Amino acid sequence: MGFDFGDPFASIGSLFRDLLLGWGLAPDLVDFILIVLGAALIGMLALLTAGIFLTWLDRKLGARVQDRLGPNRVGIFGVFQPVADLLKLLTKEDTTPEGADKVLFNMAPLLASMAVIGIWAVVPFAPDLIGTDINIGVLYVVSIGSVGTLAVMLAGWSSNNKYALLGAFRTVAQMISYEVPMMLVLLVPTMLAGSMSMGTIVEKQSSGWFVLMAPIAALIFFISSLAEVGRAPFDLVEAESEIVAGYNIEYSGMKFGMFFVAEYLHSLTIAALTALLFLGGWRGPFAETYPLLGLVYFMLKTAAIYLVISLLRFGMPRIRIDQLLGLNWKVLTPLALASVVFTALAGKLASTLSWNKVATHLVSNAILALLTLWAIWSYSRAERRRSEAGDVMRLSESGSGL
Amino acid sequence: MTFLQILFLFVSAVILAASIMVVMNRKMIHAALWLILALAGMAVLFVLLEASFLAAVQVVIYIGAIAILIIFAMMLTRRAMHDVGAQVNRNWWLGAVVSVVVFAALMLMLLQVPGMQATAQALPIDESALLVELGSALVDVNMYVLPFEVASVLLLAALIGAIVVARPLSDENEGSEA
Repeated sequence: MGFDFGDPFASIGSLFRDLLLGWGLAPDLVDFILIVLGAALIGMLALLTAGIFLTWLDRKLGARVQDRLGPNRVGIFGVFQPVADLLKLLTKEDTTPEGADKVLFNMAPLLASMAVIGIWAVVPFAPDLIGTDINIGVLYVVSIGSVGTLAVMLAGWSSNNKYALLGAFRTVAQMISYEVPMMLVLLVPTMLAGSMSMGTIVEKQSSGWFVLMAPIAALIFFISSLAEVGRAPFDLVEAESEIVAGYNIEYSGMKFGMFFVAEYLHSLTIAALTALLFLGGWRGPFAETYPLLGLVYFMLKTAAIYLVISLLRFGMPRIRIDQLLGLNWKVLTPLALASVVFTALAGKLASTLSWNKVATHLVSNAILALLTLWAIWSYSRAERRRSEAGDVMRLSESGSGL
Repeated sequence: MTFLQILFLFVSAVILAASIMVVMNRKMIHAALWLILALAGMAVLFVLLEASFLAAVQVVIYIGAIAILIIFAMMLTRRAMHDVGAQVNRNWWLGAVVSVVVFAALMLMLLQVPGMQATAQALPIDESALLVELGSALVDVNMYVLPFEVASVLLLAALIGAIVVARPLSDENEGSEA
């Protein structure tokens, strides 16, 4: 069988398959070994390496934003700095605080990395390159995400440290409440594609990326998953100036490293999910004939969104916990609900009156955006009037006092 | 014995052991984690039954919401984490007798159900069609639309009730705040 450079994944797969079958193994066992190999290759090697090198990218970008050079000693442009950091982390003493719950303390970093890597099982990299295209892919992503919350809570609780516990409490308030608009808004691509499978959602974007049909949903998904990861401006979970470092304060060495890499990898994961759900995933010119090109498109889209996430971190101050929860419950959740309703209505209208699907959805989103802006504007006006009235009252009170 | 049967027996053993640990453990947070293991085992059982939707829902609702809520409630009551009292009281033998009798009665009843010992057939249609059917059954007037709506109203009432309970008692100055 010749090696097809347009579609190398299938070729490599069948190459390995023939090899193992040639050794006289049962076909079932061969499939099983290939799945394990693929999971190990993508999960352990590709993703963790990506996570490690993202820290370099982040430091370099942050340095440029702050008019510094950033890491520039190890390798060209300091590109091997993460390797040096990794070696340092590996040689550090592995401490366990006194009074810590040892089993849970050691389990938490494992769970944190597992929850992030688990999401990639349903990510279609290229037309046929997907771990497993289960028909509940979107729901699976949400359910694995909740395990990550559990990991952070366990880390905070088992450390026997009040700052870690405070970080864990903030996590519950933040991650669980931002899960609400995220889950709601995931219904929009599900409705547009008519399926919860990631593969089908990407395939259904052939007529147009879902970001065109649901820009508001895309924005809500991006914001709420940013809060779910705990990246700036939503990094209250580990606000170093308030609670030292939050849930992972007592961790040292590679256990801290696992949390660290898991966080960076989670940022990459939400970039990838946004690209898949709203930007067409691997879709692009000639991607279907040359799957390798699809992988390139997917990577480019993911990288572009990751760049936005990374730059947001250096351009935004951290928001207060009341603002964080206010934004979630007063703006994002109602807007997500409204977006689901508008998408359903627009879809029904477009199919019954045979209007242009993309245009109908776009117009409905524009109406929703205008309504939202109007609601926020009138709310802030009422708020301003109230605070001005309060000022006048206070002034007159103090005046009478004199 | 097929691979699936071995897996089923293993998962069932894990669930049973975890459930026993939930009630036997003296540390509440450990009990909650054993509960999570038992619930995750149930999710695996759903997967074995080719009900992946229910498996994911099991993880989202039971592990992602209920178990985390339990752990959070425990974290807020840190002083009461470790139970030092006796684990059984004088009536433990009565409880044991009742549970054995109930178990025996249930087993007897289940063994009399026809077709109980037959091997279950594979589902005739594929799973994504089942998911669609579940979705349309929930909004079908002839099927489950009424229970579905009643449950929605109940949940909404619970939501409003929670907000009312959580609202701080305030005098009329702050009461006007929406």
